[in-house]
Amino acid sequence: MNLLDFLIALPAIGFILALLVPRKQEKTAPFVALVVSLFTFVLSLGIAAGYKTGEKGLQFVSNGVWIQNPEIHWHVGIDGISIWLILLSTFLTPIAILLSWSAVKDRAREFYAFLLLLEFGLIGVFAAWDLFLFYVFWEVVLVPMYFLIGIWGHERRIYAAVKFFLYTMAGSVLMLAAIIFLYNRAGTFDYAVILDSLSSGKIVFSHLEETLLFLAFFFAFAIKVPLFPLHTWLPDAHVEAPTAGSVMLASVMLKMGTYGLMRFCVPLFPTASRENAPWIVTLAIIGIIYGALVTMVQPNMKKLVAYSSVSHLGFVVLGIFSFTQMGFDGAVYQMLNHGISTGALFLLVGFMYERRHSLAISDYGGVATVAPWLSSMFLVTTLASIGLPTLNNFIGEFLILQGAAQAKFTWTVFAALGVILSACYMLWMYQRVFFGETNEELKHHMPDLNPREWACVIPLVLMMVWMGVYTQTFLPNISESTAKILDQSRANVPLRVALPAAGTDGGRHAR
Amino acid sequence: MQNLWIIPALPFLGFLINGIFGRTLSKALVSAIAVASVVLSFGWVLKVFFTAGDLGANPISEHYFTWIRSGVFEVGWDFAVDKLTMIMLMIVTGIGSLIHIYATGYMAHEGGYYRFFAYLNLFMFFMLMLVLAANYLLLFVGWEGVGLCSYLLIGFYFLKKSATTAGNKAFIVNRVGDFGFSLAMFLIAVNFGSLSFDKVLQAAPGKPAGTLTTIALLLLVGACGKSAQIPLYVWLPDAMEGPTPVSALIHAATMVTAGVYMCTRSAPIFTHAPIAMETVAVIGLATAVFAATIGLTQYDIKKVFAYSTVSQLGYMFLGVGVGAFSAGIWHLMTHAFFKALLFLGAGSVIHACHGEQDMRHMGGLKKYAPHTCWTLAVASLAISGFPLTSGFFSKDAILGAAYTHAPWMFWVGVVTAGMTAFYVWRAFWMTFWGEYKGHGHPHESPMSMLGPLMVLAVLSAVGGWLFNVPKILENMFPVQEVEGEMTLTMISVAFGLGGIALSYYMYVVNRELPAKITSSLGWLYTLVYNKYFVDEVYDATIVSPTVTGSRVFLWQAADQGVIDGLVNGVGREARGIGGWLRRLQSGNIRSYATWVVVGAVGLLILMSLAYGMQGGGAR
Repeated sequence: MNLLDFLIALPAIGFILALLVPRKQEKTAPFVALVVSLFTFVLSLGIAAGYKTGEKGLQFVSNGVWIQNPEIHWHVGIDGISIWLILLSTFLTPIAILLSWSAVKDRAREFYAFLLLLEFGLIGVFAAWDLFLFYVFWEVVLVPMYFLIGIWGHERRIYAAVKFFLYTMAGSVLMLAAIIFLYNRAGTFDYAVILDSLSSGKIVFSHLEETLLFLAFFFAFAIKVPLFPLHTWLPDAHVEAPTAGSVMLASVMLKMGTYGLMRFCVPLFPTASRENAPWIVTLAIIGIIYGALVTMVQPNMKKLVAYSSVSHLGFVVLGIFSFTQMGFDGAVYQMLNHGISTGALFLLVGFMYERRHSLAISDYGGVATVAPWLSSMFLVTTLASIGLPTLNNFIGEFLILQGAAQAKFTWTVFAALGVILSACYMLWMYQRVFFGETNEELKHHMPDLNPREWACVIPLVLMMVWMGVYTQTFLPNISESTAKILDQSRANVPLRVALPAAGTDGGRHAR
Repeated sequence: MQNLWIIPALPFLGFLINGIFGRTLSKALVSAIAVASVVLSFGWVLKVFFTAGDLGANPISEHYFTWIRSGVFEVGWDFAVDKLTMIMLMIVTGIGSLIHIYATGYMAHEGGYYRFFAYLNLFMFFMLMLVLAANYLLLFVGWEGVGLCSYLLIGFYFLKKSATTAGNKAFIVNRVGDFGFSLAMFLIAVNFGSLSFDKVLQAAPGKPAGTLTTIALLLLVGACGKSAQIPLYVWLPDAMEGPTPVSALIHAATMVTAGVYMCTRSAPIFTHAPIAMETVAVIGLATAVFAATIGLTQYDIKKVFAYSTVSQLGYMFLGVGVGAFSAGIWHLMTHAFFKALLFLGAGSVIHACHGEQDMRHMGGLKKYAPHTCWTLAVASLAISGFPLTSGFFSKDAILGAAYTHAPWMFWVGVVTAGMTAFYVWRAFWMTFWGEYKGHGHPHESPMSMLGPLMVLAVLSAVGGWLFNVPKILENMFPVQEVEGEMTLTMISVAFGLGGIALSYYMYVVNRELPAKITSSLGWLYTLVYNKYFVDEVYDATIVSPTVTGSRVFLWQAADQGVIDGLVNGVGREARGIGGWLRRLQSGNIRSYATWVVVGAVGLLILMSLAYGMQGGGAR
């Protein structure tokens, strides 16, 4: 059992521990959860520190037979992409626990247990290197989120939870079918083995097979992203979810979709990925602009942030399907960025909800006067979200748009419109919520951040600056792994399919 | 190593201290920190200037660390200083210091004192980043950063809706410009493989004209946003909602000239794209005339100067467009002197009149505020191109170059110069001559405000020949001889003096005349007075349709109607769901179901763990 196994196990143990807390001492449940999640975070930092840049292949690999027949492996490991997504999960879970401290009183132990179960699933998803194992973790994630929304959500929580569940299940079923098909063909669920057989020509798909398999995976991931027009579960799920749920959902769970696209769709089905790129990119760009326009007219803060995610995640999909080094790097970077900045937005909106018990923008106004620090932190987060240089999102957007420009300049022209619109909707909301005269209701119910809330916000804001100013902490690992995927996306392409124009792979780049 | 990073780091430090601890510090300490950080930064610029040797032959460049590296693409945190940058550094930190000092007096009785200075220092930081940057991306950092500070400072009085709306407008209109700028950057990176000025500008002459023209035009879009040119100038007049020192520093002397600087910096791209150059010149000239006509009719003293700024920036673009880059920068510098002075003077006037900005409620102030009066007179002379004042030299250089390029441009420019002289002096007479028509007792401003005014007055008077920019920049931009220069100069001076004389006649001698003229002009006057209704047109054609369309068609019809309708329809079709829903809602069964799932998942986890450990050990 290596460190990574232990890292995956730790939140699961925490899950059980939290459930074992007697109902009468339920108040200790958050402490248990917080301690476990902090341990998990420290451990993940240790793994990150032990991760060696420049070493090819997976690291911290653990591989053994889990189930004999059919043979399913417990095969986990990390590369330069998954390490950061795992860190994102372990970084945000303690924050999600801490921010719920005063908001969740009802059935606290289950609530915190579910948060840890969620973390367990998320780490597993990003570490799994066996398709079946991946599927199991994928489904494990679904369960706690379903209950977080369904039990601790707002008025229409059941509708939102069921919608969320059905949407995701619809995709998962297709993915499962595709996984089983792959198993039948390759005789194994082990992802590394399947990739090897593909590149050595042991398995060959017909064009139709590859397209269908690609679509099955793609559909599951696209729902999770969510890619336009599969996004309508997202606003409902977010609005109804408790704050911690929204934070985890937006920050990490959506990344399961984009991670899957990059990890599985592109290397497994390079031909189909490239062939289908034009319409996928088109949907991504529609998502960017459409998402931003719909965001602009939302009267509800949480819904506004939720729709903005549709727009932001469109950038990530664009980056992936530009098939350029910069596009890939930008996509991964943007997954992390979105996790940090949108997570922070949901968190701050959650703090305001706790005070005023409303999410309607029109119930606010003049918050800056009564809660100046809350407003400042919200402003920094807003600026990060709209891509101000020196803050994190800018780097991701820049790399993605630059990558897209290498592939096809018109893509960039349209996608960059989203950058204008993001300023419109965020600043407009900021004005209506924070500026102007303070209304009477707020004057007495809007205290500034308390120490616990500061503890949630500060790490996020520091990350925004760090990721915006000094990318060398993160990018080298990412680049290394994305370069490999980019290679796979070329290496596995059978000769009969012509690669897209030379510019696509950055070939036009003068050195 | 000149440690150029210290120049922006000092104001940034000031921002951090005042931003974080400002609320608990005394006003004196806040202003000491804010002013000192900028003055020290100015000191460091001087130190670099005196120790660096010949910047023309040996520009300084410093690399700190890699910012972004992806594949073969790399951008660093790199600063560089050549003569052009040095001029900008001097202007920014020099004028910046004066305005910081002035602001300690002007803002003395305002709330949010520390916040104001924190933002102002942050602005200095970003502006210095902008001019020190050695590559386009880092320039863009400063570019967006100054936009942010502009947003924050325009909306400084955030209780006022008009102020925060103006802030949003400034940011968003600038974003439209930045859209062009960023597209230009993407094209540069694709075609040149780099964003550093060194590499790009050296390689520019070898690239196809079509590519260069596209890049240059996109850069121009960016410049139009930041430097308030047609069609993106609309944010600048509204930006006057900010405190007056902000108008002087950001919206007159420094930030708004960033577009001119950027185009000049990109000169090798522009000079190889003749169509783009012509476009720059035409847009500059059109903006100069257009804004000047609006300036003729305004009554708010700050609005007059705001339109004047738009108009003068147009001159600078005219200079750039006709290839007289150094003349453009010269005018940028002299404009920084006299326009900062005009705004600071206006601030002093507003201060004297207890916050009044409408010139119809002023008058006779020369008696109450004599120092403000004479310093403003110097500035007004300079902007009118009065012989030997600073504005005279730079405007003359631009108009001369325009004449060589195309005589009609000269004539349009000269007429605009006449209008400029007229409206600036109109403002002067309305404010200082006649009798006081406002409320309360007007008073002169304190020394902290008058000091900077006097320094700027000296610079406005002699700064033109003291700092002969075209001569300094000769190795970068060769100066062309202008034929018949003397005659051209005489003509433009004549127009300037004519403008002054006419305004004297209309606003001092025959004060009934303006009302008669305006009423006889009828709809034409209404049109100009209302700024040609451009804001209203933009609102009706772009803003409202976008918002309403998004709400009604995209959100309500498409998203909630079609897509969600479809999803819910599918949901309803699946019969079981309804029953399932109902069961979930009935208390006991819900928790029962919960535990079933939790149990199943728990089992799964235990299994996976057990096998996982076994598997891990087996390896």
